[in-house]
Amino acid sequence: MNWYEFLLRNRNEVFERSLEHVGLVGASMAISLAIGLPLGIALVSRPRLQRWVIGAANVVQTIPSLALFGFLIPVPWIGGIGASTAIVALSLYALLPILRNTITGIAEVDPAVVESARGMGMTSRQVLWQVQLPLAAPVLLAGIRVATAICIGVTTIAAAIGAGGLGVFIFRGLAMVNNQVILAGAIPAACLAIAADSGLGYFQRSSAKR
Amino acid sequence: MTSLSDGFQDRYALEFRAATYRLPSGTPLISGLTLSVARGETLVLLGRSGSGKTTTLKLINRLLEPTEGEIFITGRSSVSWDPIQLRRGIGYVIQDAGLFPHWTVERNVGLVPRLEQWPEERIQARVREMLSLVGLPPEEFAKRRPSELSGGQKQRVGVARALAADPPILLMDEPFGALDPITRIDLQKEFRALAQRLQKTIVFVTHDVREALFLGTRIALLDQGHLVGVYAPAEFLKATEPEVHAFAASLGFDGAHEGAK
Repeated sequence: MNWYEFLLRNRNEVFERSLEHVGLVGASMAISLAIGLPLGIALVSRPRLQRWVIGAANVVQTIPSLALFGFLIPVPWIGGIGASTAIVALSLYALLPILRNTITGIAEVDPAVVESARGMGMTSRQVLWQVQLPLAAPVLLAGIRVATAICIGVTTIAAAIGAGGLGVFIFRGLAMVNNQVILAGAIPAACLAIAADSGLGYFQRSSAKR
Repeated sequence: MTSLSDGFQDRYALEFRAATYRLPSGTPLISGLTLSVARGETLVLLGRSGSGKTTTLKLINRLLEPTEGEIFITGRSSVSWDPIQLRRGIGYVIQDAGLFPHWTVERNVGLVPRLEQWPEERIQARVREMLSLVGLPPEEFAKRRPSELSGGQKQRVGVARALAADPPILLMDEPFGALDPITRIDLQKEFRALAQRLQKTIVFVTHDVREALFLGTRIALLDQGHLVGVYAPAEFLKATEPEVHAFAASLGFDGAHEGAK
């Protein structure tokens, strides 16, 4: 049996697992953005604190994902077996690129533009929303793009702690020593990654054109 | 709410009283500056790089606050103004114009009127009026982005933007510094005519003596954060201070040649 025959025969489960996968990625990215964007904005003008936070995010990034999932299981409140633990770990992975690109994106906006904005009587909030964020958008979107790609990949491993997603096929295939089953998880996951990346890439390019 | 235009009972538009600005490290960028700018005049702040010209300008629109002394804007201390309100009443033009690259010319020029929540049709009319004033036909330029303008055109838009809300005071920080010599002369000529017509109080920063002599009703020479003196253009080259001589020499005549002039 070919991997695509397996896919076809099990299309209902593949579809269901894909939805789970997208759900996990979506929830993690939402949390990561909700934390990373405001935190990044707040850190732009605090270089010392910035080093610490980026350092911490870097350390998280170096922990192998399987180990991070394992570490989180015994943690009260957020831990345990299942999707919520996976979402916490995935959000942590997505945080670094979002944080770093938010900071560099805003810091790289031409200081003359920001200064004339302030000098013309814009409030800090107006400068942020009308000048800094729109001009930082391409860099910001690049960060979101990288974070999404990482997230889709790492989510396949989340199946190891019972979070579901396309990783279920991969782990099942590994256990069965059956490449077809592994591919039935890996190929849709790769397709998701490519689709997300080119979609976000389109946004990124159109934001850079403005 | 008080605005800059209501506060003109005072003779001086701007007055520095022993103003000093120090960096957090203690290094002074401006030391004990005392200087008045009368309503409607164009005061040029002349000096070399690092002489404190730009710092002086930023003390006026409160991008910086004096560490000692005070600056009065239409009779009120700068720190007693709401900074946002103060800045909206002071036009600001910097080198390279500082236009927002993601906005059209039209939107850039309409910035302060829009911040001040003018009705939309009044903003539109004002933007067109301002573009025509600086010699850019609105039908041709309104929809362009700053990246589609030449250096001189950007500076014109910068001036139009600074004048859009009709502020009584205009601050200009080397606005023509980055332009080629021919464009620069054109803009200087037009700007002088505009300044005479509009009767704004203008503080103009430059390191170019020619520009200072051409545009200023008075010239304030700064050197290492200290005011050397304030001169009428006609007196400037006759002044005896060595700092003035250094500038005069840059024009091609110093003390030795002065007799021949």
